Amino acid sequence: MSVGKPLPHDTAKLHVTGAARYIDDIPTPRDTLHLAFGLSSVPAGTITGMDLDAVRAADGVVAALTADDLPHANDVSPSAYDEPLLATGTIHYLGQPLFLVVADSHLNARKAARLGNIDVDETTPILTIEDALAANSRFEDAPRIWSKGDVDTALSTAPHRLSGQIEMGGQEHFYLEGQAALALPQEDGDMVVHSSTQHPTEIQHKVAEALGVPMHAVRCEVRRMGGGFGGKESQGNALAVACAVAGALTGRPCKMRYDRDDDMMITGKRHDFQISYDVGFDDDGKLTGVDFTQLTRCGWALDLSIPVADRAMLHADNAYLLPTARITSHRLKTNTQSATAYRGFGGPQGVLGIERVMDHIAAELGLDPVNVRQRNYYAPMGADTNRANTTPYGMDVTDFILHDMTTRLLDDAGYATRRKAVADFNASHNTLKRGLGVSPVKFGISFTLTHLNQAGALVHVYQDGSIHLNHGGTEMGQGLFQKVAQVAASRFGVNVDLVKITATDTGKVPNTSATAASSGTDLNGMAVQIACDTIRDRIATCVADHYGGPVRFEDGQVIADTITLSFAAAAALSYTNRVSLSATGFYKTPDLNWDRINGTGRPFFYFAQGIALTEVVIDTLTGENRILRTDVIHDAGASLNPALDIGQIEGGYVQGAGWLTTEELVWDDKGRLRTHAPATYKIPAASDRPDIFNVTLWDEPNPAQTVYRSKAVGEPPFMHGISALLAISDAVAACGKTYPSLDAPATPERILAAIKKVRV
Amino acid sequence: MGKALGASVYAASTDRQNPDPNLVTRQVNDMKVSFLLNGEAVEVNTSPTQTLLDWLRIERGLTGTKEGCNEGDCGACSVIVTDQASKRALNACILFMPQLHGKAVRTVEGISGHNGQLHPVQQAMVDHHGSQCGFCTPGFIASMAAGHANGRTDHDDVVAGNLCRCTGYAPIIRAADAAENAPVPTWMTEPTPPTGPAPFAPETLYALAAWYAANPDATVIAGATDVGLWVTKQLRELDSVVFLNRCADLQKTSVTDDTITFGAGVTMQDVHQTLRDHHPSYAEMVRRYGSEQVRGAATIGGNIANGSPIGDNPPALIALGATLHLRHDQVERSIPIEDFFIAYGKQDRAKGELVTGVTLPKSAPALRVYKLSKRFDQDISAVCGAFNVTVTDGIVAEARIAFGGMAGTPHRAPAVEGALTGQPWTNATIIAAAAKFADDYTPMSDMRASASYRQEVAANMLHRYFAELAGEAVNVLEVQP
Repeated sequence: MSVGKPLPHDTAKLHVTGAARYIDDIPTPRDTLHLAFGLSSVPAGTITGMDLDAVRAADGVVAALTADDLPHANDVSPSAYDEPLLATGTIHYLGQPLFLVVADSHLNARKAARLGNIDVDETTPILTIEDALAANSRFEDAPRIWSKGDVDTALSTAPHRLSGQIEMGGQEHFYLEGQAALALPQEDGDMVVHSSTQHPTEIQHKVAEALGVPMHAVRCEVRRMGGGFGGKESQGNALAVACAVAGALTGRPCKMRYDRDDDMMITGKRHDFQISYDVGFDDDGKLTGVDFTQLTRCGWALDLSIPVADRAMLHADNAYLLPTARITSHRLKTNTQSATAYRGFGGPQGVLGIERVMDHIAAELGLDPVNVRQRNYYAPMGADTNRANTTPYGMDVTDFILHDMTTRLLDDAGYATRRKAVADFNASHNTLKRGLGVSPVKFGISFTLTHLNQAGALVHVYQDGSIHLNHGGTEMGQGLFQKVAQVAASRFGVNVDLVKITATDTGKVPNTSATAASSGTDLNGMAVQIACDTIRDRIATCVADHYGGPVRFEDGQVIADTITLSFAAAAALSYTNRVSLSATGFYKTPDLNWDRINGTGRPFFYFAQGIALTEVVIDTLTGENRILRTDVIHDAGASLNPALDIGQIEGGYVQGAGWLTTEELVWDDKGRLRTHAPATYKIPAASDRPDIFNVTLWDEPNPAQTVYRSKAVGEPPFMHGISALLAISDAVAACGKTYPSLDAPATPERILAAIKKVRV
Repeated sequence: MGKALGASVYAASTDRQNPDPNLVTRQVNDMKVSFLLNGEAVEVNTSPTQTLLDWLRIERGLTGTKEGCNEGDCGACSVIVTDQASKRALNACILFMPQLHGKAVRTVEGISGHNGQLHPVQQAMVDHHGSQCGFCTPGFIASMAAGHANGRTDHDDVVAGNLCRCTGYAPIIRAADAAENAPVPTWMTEPTPPTGPAPFAPETLYALAAWYAANPDATVIAGATDVGLWVTKQLRELDSVVFLNRCADLQKTSVTDDTITFGAGVTMQDVHQTLRDHHPSYAEMVRRYGSEQVRGAATIGGNIANGSPIGDNPPALIALGATLHLRHDQVERSIPIEDFFIAYGKQDRAKGELVTGVTLPKSAPALRVYKLSKRFDQDISAVCGAFNVTVTDGIVAEARIAFGGMAGTPHRAPAVEGALTGQPWTNATIIAAAAKFADDYTPMSDMRASASYRQEVAANMLHRYFAELAGEAVNVLEVQP
């Protein structure tokens, strides 16, 4: 059976030969036009004049459009209709698109886009969390507050109590393929859009609104993205809409891709957070109560900030039973890029908050931080416990497996021995210090907006036995297409080579959800399974009618009572007997209910889990640091493809560690992002990965009824990177007596500052 | 002031001849360039600043080579360029077409065989799951295939200039390991490239210097790792350019008993090779300078001549007491390199005068160069410090300390040097001298580091220097897991 095999990515051979096509590689008609936005150079104000004469006079320019030129809706928001494609008078951030250049080449469009003469009545921007709090600039009327039990009493009566704060920066997605779209006008006002998007249906929807046509007149196709990570959930809307509008106005194909600097200046990033905590605990480090305040900078528009901030709250417990808790979340509105989805979607920020608390408690009590974590874990799956094993939002945790995973990780990685070796090293070295960090993750799987947990599939079997596979999920490198193809091949008992994976297409499967929330395989794999089973059952009936049942599908063959047919022969037989060999599949996740206002219910179908141990070394003179070794055990359920799943874990870890170490977003006091290119924004390079990097799959079936009992694996491993920050903090702590309270990203500069602090 | 070393390297202009005929005609945006593309000879009419990447993708429809950043920092556009001297991976996004004249270019499409056979690094990347989204992959393949052809096994360095956001690199390095011993496929052998004079690329220093003196407003392009960004990011039009890459006189490295002289056109890759034998700490800094692709294009002369306060060679060269050679038409002069950097954006270089080379002592056992950045590889330094202290009988005889990133120019630390010179080489002396950095530098705050951190870490680097010379472990890169 194809499921469970470590097959390569379905287009690996096209990747390595350069034959895999991305948006900018699609051959275009000769008369294709190229687009670029003219951007605001100030962070806040009112436009008093826009002189685009020089833009229009520039070489190769066909048109320069402003908001007034847009024929219908001027909005690219995924949520609240608060995000004009082109500014309507108010400037919300530095980098905001003000006008649209349509030219005969990408270069001419970029050149002309710099020639706008914009008069602005500038106002004082709100840039920081402090600015926003002072001005009460926020989304929603008031902070969202969820509570469990009487936290105030728990804190005031706790044997020990401490408080603190951690700041964590945002993160640029740095998908290697920048945002891109291509719109091809069709007859009768229809539009075909190729977009590098995680959400083709939303592209279709926003383009239809912008063109003033029904959704049926717009088709969006996505074969692949060159990376997404959440950054192409909503941020591709502007390019697709711009291309479609310009295409409709000129009647010519229009393409737009952001130059990297524009991409980083225009698009949203991970939300930065400040999380403060007030916690009570006993002599063993067991929590009695936690009071978290989460402050996050959402930027200028709502985008997906509400569910992101919700998910940060939903992960404020991570792997720990909080007897009492209060979680307060402020969603602050600032004159900066509109923060958006990014792998983990607020979860990593919430998890980092409680992981900081665990380390802080351990330091306070002089306990091993792993022991403090184990003592606070939820009760294990199947345990007979008289204590309610519920999250702060009232969901029973019934599938908790981190106790065993932790024990195994500590054994496999030699934790106790290495803990002593690190202490010995630190005792004998002045300048260099080592540190160890352990962080578990329990990540809730499902969209918290419950209706998004649905998926569709379309499967055809042709009369030669070849299979055409389509579903609503998009491929951004995560291997979704291959995993789902393995499901399809397994249902038909054929080799995966027989399955043709096809581009995501709103004309084939409608009303899809974004490929996000790690849900791609869970949802689309199930929809495909259902579609395949429909066809398989029809073939089985036909074959049984001729040759007797029961009928089995194995090893490329269809085995009936009196005959064994090739799958192709069975398909041909079905065709000649007028059996439909095409089917749709539809799946919706069961058992979800969620009241986000009150913070109660069951927002998640299950929890994916894992645990990481990282060892680092730091230079106490400069703050330079390096990851030496990382050990991860991760729970992908019964893996559909262990190679692809391990790839997600390795990549997620390095991306997570990057978030917390080298990746620093810096805005100046004018609101200008100063780190807007890879020259200044540093994602990990090859040598930044751990020297020793052991990743093991837990490989136990998911107790929840998911596709082949696998578990989602896109986002959860990202949080293993937290162990790198904790390890650096541990190394810093070796320099002195006090708790480092290290903020993130832990750049050399922040590390050196923390070292000075603990030495006081 | 340091004494001028090797001042006569270019003193005698033996190359008198008529001006290079390639420079006589007026520059027009239509020059002919000939080279090999994936083994086939091509002749192209191009403007001086058309990039190879745009030409490949837009003119040739070869879309395997990707644009990731358009500034030479991500490596998605990497291609292999072969000439008589070497086979290198370079960033096509900041490589101008005239630089390719007479060379062989191989893109990802040409790294697999004609009938679809995969190159060993391609097969290994498939086998080891080295691609996920695949967008960075062609660039990795180019870097890895170049490294493979050159027998490289330092894979982290070979791909340091290639960013991948999906895999975390582990499977890519496993693939590179796996392909190490496979033979280089026959199709990777380049036929002889077309020859002949190149447009706006004089072949002698004589002709170059004469032309530049007569055309002092021209832009001199060596590796284009900086000028490339003027074109791709600032969108500047360069009316008049001259390319140095065919000027053989500038590409010589000469090592004497006492000195090393690098011609201005020697690439940082070649500088690295030479320095490894003589100045290991400087060489280790250069290993982290830019990336494989950047070092393969960038020249030591370019890094000096552009006068950047954050160039990494000048602090080391100043600490070594190097001598800079310049030439205006046929007039040559040599100056201590520290005198070249006058102020931010201002160097001791007359209009129409060329930097032609630099001479440094062959041996300086006490030289240590510390490059500090957020990321180890391919990152611009927040601070780059170079220390060269001579201790005789326990007393500091001479101290040469220079920093980049601490002021508008790279320059020495006279107050610190003064506090060291004549003093016993002890921790007490170091503590006293470290306090003097504030007298020498008033650094800025920017996105790389704050002023206070720069100030503090500069002083700490002196402590590190003392500890390192005393044998203490001070380098996180040398710690084994």
